[in-house]
Amino acid sequence: MMAGTAHRVWKFGDNVNTDVIFPGKYTYTVSLEPAALARHALEDLDPRFAGAARPGDVIVAGRNWGNGSSREQAVTCLVAVGARAVIAASFARIYYRNAINNGLLVIECPALAEAVSTGDMIEIDMDAYELRFAGQVFSFPALPAEVREIVEAGGIIPYLQLQT
Amino acid sequence: MGKSNEDMEMQTLTEKLLARSSKRKSVRPGEIIISEPDVILSHDNTAAIAEIFAQLPQAKVKHPERLAITLDHAVPPPSAKHALNHARIRDFVREQGISNFFEIGRGICHQVLCEEGIVGPGLSLLGADSHSPHFGWLGAFGAGIGRSEVAALWATGQLWLRVPETMRVTLTGRLNPGVTTKDLTINLIGELSSEGAAYMAVEFAGDGIADLSPDSRAALTNMMAEMGAKNACIAPDEVTWNWIDNTLKRTRPADWAERLDRFREHALYPDAGAVYAAEHRINMHDIEPMVSCPHAVDKVLPLSAIAATAVDLGFIGTCTNGRLEDIAAAAAVLEGKQLKSRLIVIPASSLVLRDAVDAGYIGTLLEAGATIGTPGCGPCMGNHMGVLAPGEVCISSANRNFRGRMGEADAEIYLANPAVVAASCVAGQLIHPAEITSGRQP
Repeated sequence: MMAGTAHRVWKFGDNVNTDVIFPGKYTYTVSLEPAALARHALEDLDPRFAGAARPGDVIVAGRNWGNGSSREQAVTCLVAVGARAVIAASFARIYYRNAINNGLLVIECPALAEAVSTGDMIEIDMDAYELRFAGQVFSFPALPAEVREIVEAGGIIPYLQLQT
Repeated sequence: MGKSNEDMEMQTLTEKLLARSSKRKSVRPGEIIISEPDVILSHDNTAAIAEIFAQLPQAKVKHPERLAITLDHAVPPPSAKHALNHARIRDFVREQGISNFFEIGRGICHQVLCEEGIVGPGLSLLGADSHSPHFGWLGAFGAGIGRSEVAALWATGQLWLRVPETMRVTLTGRLNPGVTTKDLTINLIGELSSEGAAYMAVEFAGDGIADLSPDSRAALTNMMAEMGAKNACIAPDEVTWNWIDNTLKRTRPADWAERLDRFREHALYPDAGAVYAAEHRINMHDIEPMVSCPHAVDKVLPLSAIAATAVDLGFIGTCTNGRLEDIAAAAAVLEGKQLKSRLIVIPASSLVLRDAVDAGYIGTLLEAGATIGTPGCGPCMGNHMGVLAPGEVCISSANRNFRGRMGEADAEIYLANPAVVAASCVAGQLIHPAEITSGRQP
């Protein structure tokens, strides 16, 4: 049996919008270099995050993560930080699409979002569609086949590169 | 299975629009479809999208005639970096032979593409801007997508979409004086929350719509982005056709009639027996002026409950409430008055500005002490032209009041209709416009 991978949690609440994930004032001036994007990740939500987050960490949030602007940097700044996934009770639709199309794992799992706090360690098992924490198992639904192909390719751009 | 089954399918307006854009007879909520939109929108983010596009094997945009690009988010450019961004976009437009390109000062993408007849009834648009549901006021499909998706669309002309369930909002009655569709949307978002229509289409229906002006309809569909909707729409009626007819004669004197015919052929309407996943009814007579309080659009109170909150400045503009009717409402309040708090007014387009000058509204605003800005998005997302200082309180006709939205995390933004914004800047505090116009100001 494939074991899951272990990840440290950063926990946030409901309705976290893209303006606090990546402030709009940087959208036309900060370069798309990962290091530059990573510096401003979650700047107006938790100023400690950009400095203290480690590759492999996961964000766990409440309802409606990523509502507001369509800005893709709200996804790519987390990819740049090395975040493995965002797990939320629910997602705003453009954020959800942007994550899939940029290869950031997004998992809807309200029960896990209730259970964990910042600093907890959780396991993600993509083969079993399961999350594990403190002896509990939380399952999550599989993506439609058409969409899973894009995620597996690492995003829509790598997906199109593979096709041609 | 059988063709006759498909023919009998009763569909919502959004389902019909998506069926057409995916070249199918019908679609069902939850299905993944491959959509081929008529229009692909981008703005100041075009240079960043071009960088992503450069990673793809396609050197040329597949359908350059489907692209529409406006410079609107930071215009004129407030810094050399912004100016360089615009310069790169002009290079891309030249290289790819994009004819639907609108320079700085023409206005905000959503307003301009309606005025120019690029989007109209029956068409579909995908845009790298979250307020793309705006276009539904013309009976079109409009949804926001991300930059990588736009790059993919440039390359292939196609993108996957999930067909949304439709929520129907039936409007009856009439709005009271001083109350607008902005109040209606703030009220609805307050009741259903900022994810009340998440992943869904919103279709406005009911006999109340006939009385709503074109400008006020656009605010209605535009604000549904703040309720989490994928798109929002209103079936075209005589008000829609008259607006298109009048506007296209001004913006496209050479081919307005052809364009109007194309829209008439393409127009779609919901079936009487269509299935709605949720239903809401609103008697517009029951709505009072409403305010979204810091720092969430769904943190809603009636204006009467928070009147007398002090404000440092006001902002009237944006794709939500920067049209002629909005500026007219502000001018009616400001006639013969002087501002206590600063007021920045930024028309949504050059056409709106031109009409506001001709109607004398701009003169009235200037005499009251207001500042007028170049048509565009202004300070809405904190780029320039009126960003807030730490601790300042702003009353705005825009669509978002998130922490840091107008450039400063330690500032507060209230959202309201344009007349409330203007009145509050006269009083220096949140106030009902009737108290200003009746002379009973504090």
